[in-house]
Amino acid sequence: MGCIENLKYEMILPLGASFKECREYVEKNFSEFWYVDPGYKIFDEYIIGLPPIALGIDGARIIFPYTKPCHGTYLLAIEDADEAARIRKTARKKK
Amino acid sequence: MTDPAEKPIPKKALIVLGCPEVPVQQALALHLSHVLMKQGFAVHASGNPAVLNLLKVSDPEKRYLPEMNVLEKCIEEIVEKKRDSDVCIVFAHSDAGISYAATMRHLLPSSRLVVIIFGKDPETLLLSVDFPCEKIVEKAVHNPMQLKKKINEVFGWAV
Repeated sequence: MGCIENLKYEMILPLGASFKECREYVEKNFSEFWYVDPGYKIFDEYIIGLPPIALGIDGARIIFPYTKPCHGTYLLAIEDADEAARIRKTARKKK
Repeated sequence: MTDPAEKPIPKKALIVLGCPEVPVQQALALHLSHVLMKQGFAVHASGNPAVLNLLKVSDPEKRYLPEMNVLEKCIEEIVEKKRDSDVCIVFAHSDAGISYAATMRHLLPSSRLVVIIFGKDPETLLLSVDFPCEKIVEKAVHNPMQLKKKINEVFGWAV
């Protein structure tokens, strides 16, 4: 994956976090969170994972799980107001 | 009326590979593809560049795995309805592998999904599989024989 790795990101949970740990972290630590299914596009990449996938939003920061075959899943935060606005329009509130 | 010269459309099988750090995976992928192709399936394999390179070196004439691409491209093709599969087989020896299997369950709801859970601690990994699929579970790292036997049983192959 090229796109997300080339963006300026902050690592919220390190490599080796399980997918469920990422979801629980988003639900517990962010007052605004949304749900999407695998195949949802974020930062021009198709997101993968166990549905429902929780995405946190903190102002313009988007918190999302990112999985790579060799490393597992880790939780990233990237600031992008336009992408945050798009998620608010296209994701769902309910699991 | 069907044109007798028209060839039947082959069924499609998709093999999804994890990180190649557990050696049995690559040998079993070639075994699966070999038998599926003998049964008339069109087989496609997808994985990260390292596992695809290992398979390319093992199968230089592309007899067993003629068609492969990287996971990101494969998922893009499935989401965009450019690729589907009658059977999807996912190798999972880590949490990431289970995430890919869950993704395939969601994106290919009508496919037969078989998840091969292996590696050093497959029983722990099995606990995270909470979506409908057939599961083949075996502690296997270097020796593929027991897992091969289980795969053959699940697919009904007397190989």
